[in-house]
Amino acid sequence: MIEMKNGDYLFAQGHTACAGCGMAITVRHVLEAAGEDTIVVNATGCLEIVSSAYPKSAWEVPYIHCLFENAASVATGVVHSLRAQGNDHTKVIVLGGDGSSYDIGFGALSGMLERNEDVLYICYDNEAYMNTGNQRSGATPFGAWTTTSPVGEAHKGKEQWKKPLIDIVAAHDIPYAATSSIAYPMDVQAKVKKALSKKGSKVLIVYAPCVPGWGIASDKTIEVARLVVETGLWKMLEIEHGKRKVTMKPSQFKPVSEYIATQRRRFKHLTPEMTEHIQKLVDKSWEKEEKLAECFKE
Amino acid sequence: MVVKKTTEGSTAAAEAVCACDPDVVACYPITPSSHVAEHLADLYAEGKLRDYIPVEQEFSSLSAIIGASAAGGRAFTATSSQGLALMHEPVFAAAGMRLPVVMVIGNRSLSAPLSIWNDWQDSISARDSGWIQLYCEQNQEVVDTVPQAFKIAEETMIPVMVCMDGFFLTHAVEPLEIPEKNEVNQFLPKLEMKEKLDASNPISMGEYALPTHYQDFRKDLFDDMMKSADVIKRVAAEYAKIVGREYGDGWLEQYKCEDAEHVLISMGSVVGNIKEAIDKLREKGEKYGVIRIKMYRPFPKEAMRKALEGKKTAGVFEKAIDMGAAGPVYEDVAESLLDAENAPKLSSFIGGMAGRDIKFEDIESMFAKIKDGNKHVEWL
Repeated sequence: MIEMKNGDYLFAQGHTACAGCGMAITVRHVLEAAGEDTIVVNATGCLEIVSSAYPKSAWEVPYIHCLFENAASVATGVVHSLRAQGNDHTKVIVLGGDGSSYDIGFGALSGMLERNEDVLYICYDNEAYMNTGNQRSGATPFGAWTTTSPVGEAHKGKEQWKKPLIDIVAAHDIPYAATSSIAYPMDVQAKVKKALSKKGSKVLIVYAPCVPGWGIASDKTIEVARLVVETGLWKMLEIEHGKRKVTMKPSQFKPVSEYIATQRRRFKHLTPEMTEHIQKLVDKSWEKEEKLAECFKE
Repeated sequence: MVVKKTTEGSTAAAEAVCACDPDVVACYPITPSSHVAEHLADLYAEGKLRDYIPVEQEFSSLSAIIGASAAGGRAFTATSSQGLALMHEPVFAAAGMRLPVVMVIGNRSLSAPLSIWNDWQDSISARDSGWIQLYCEQNQEVVDTVPQAFKIAEETMIPVMVCMDGFFLTHAVEPLEIPEKNEVNQFLPKLEMKEKLDASNPISMGEYALPTHYQDFRKDLFDDMMKSADVIKRVAAEYAKIVGREYGDGWLEQYKCEDAEHVLISMGSVVGNIKEAIDKLREKGEKYGVIRIKMYRPFPKEAMRKALEGKKTAGVFEKAIDMGAAGPVYEDVAESLLDAENAPKLSSFIGGMAGRDIKFEDIESMFAKIKDGNKHVEWL
């Protein structure tokens, strides 16, 4: 069990995130694992808005926000500056949503990984631009309704599959790339700690449901974040210098329809055929995962 | 020890940056400032420069030095044209966050049409961002302005652009005096930021502001920008004492203006041509002079008004255009004459765009035209 010290969080009480916000839970656990000797670099998004309204701040660690698409580059500068000034211990962690990570800041992220900067980049993935009112992102799943992938006669929700960010970041041959889900806080903390034990670029993508965006009850965040793993829609992975490992695999997958049924706001228009299509693609991706596992067998 | 080297403007600028011992340099090459980026990389390879980040685009070079500066380090980048345009967001952010970074601009035109040649449309487009902008006439001045830029930035907590004309300066080879680290040390103390990212004293930077606060941040920056003019003048005088070279008073440089009846006002390397033309035209008895704006932002309004006192006519020559209005520098000069009694008739000339030559005849014709007075947006 993790003992959370009530009233002593590095991401302090008083931030204005929604009740049950997956992002806020993510940040709390990330900082719990990282400790005080940490600098947070934050991309524009919900996290910045709920935590840093001047003159207030929810941050008990040094915090910098600059723009939407440059968190990886700002973090690069921070870590270089620290090392140039003789500080070889303070950890630099980026916290960005899927908008800044999958889309607008993708180039900067790739640049940071190619240079193997000593930074842990954490993406809290809530699968759309939630801060600005639920517009589609590269992380939005197939079929999902968003305000820029609406449902009409001709087009029904997002027509593309989710961008495989974990595979793309891992392809940079970085020391550590991993995924987790906020339903498993011990897994998140363990992966943050493992990542921080390595020098060079690390990426952790945490599945973090958005209560208003997904239309779920505020006490359902964890349940939904668990179902996404149990249905096989979200894989729990660790990829170290290309070596891939599934860190948690349900003994028996639940049907994806169970997960889809939890979010009527995003998926109520899905036809049985669309759900079937999603199920097929998920099954296929796990078949591929089996083959990959063969490649990495010791 | 001062080293005199026959070298290119870009290389010399890079050497001057190195002499300021920055903690972090981040660069992305772009013509015509690529050689600044390249030579800084050379200096890093030789172990003379402590850090160099070869980033993947200009948005990231400025973003990286924003991060480096926020963490308390002295930080530098260089760019031109499209690179500066790509940086537009972090340009505003660096100023708004009050980070004392320095950037050399190898001035170049903006697309479209694509051109690699010199004018000032790039840095003038960044005019309203809250950066101090210093325009140099010659490469020795660039070398001498770089250490001043760090000192000004670190004292005022306002970022500084040192602007040098692409090719005319960046690629010109000449003998230059380049300072060593130990020499600059005495002038430029080690950077000690009062507020920085430090785990032993956590602060939050770059927060968002509601309507109750946002405008106050802008007003503070405006007020401090106005106040920075005095710092710029003082630092220019201080450095002039050390190296024995001065470029006007750090704001304006006046050439043969004392008895001049008609003056041109301009910036950058073209002023060298104008000075030479004036020498020739004075032989014919023409009382001409030139005022060079070194400090474009903040704009030395009072000093400009004073410099123009008693002149019959004046004309602004600039390599930029405020589309749909007039020459941007002309607009500033005109504004500074609003309260002037007997203000000279003021003309506006636009030319030299994307490296188009400004010849002796052009300068002679501008002087001839300003005598008639009030030419608005005359294209050369």
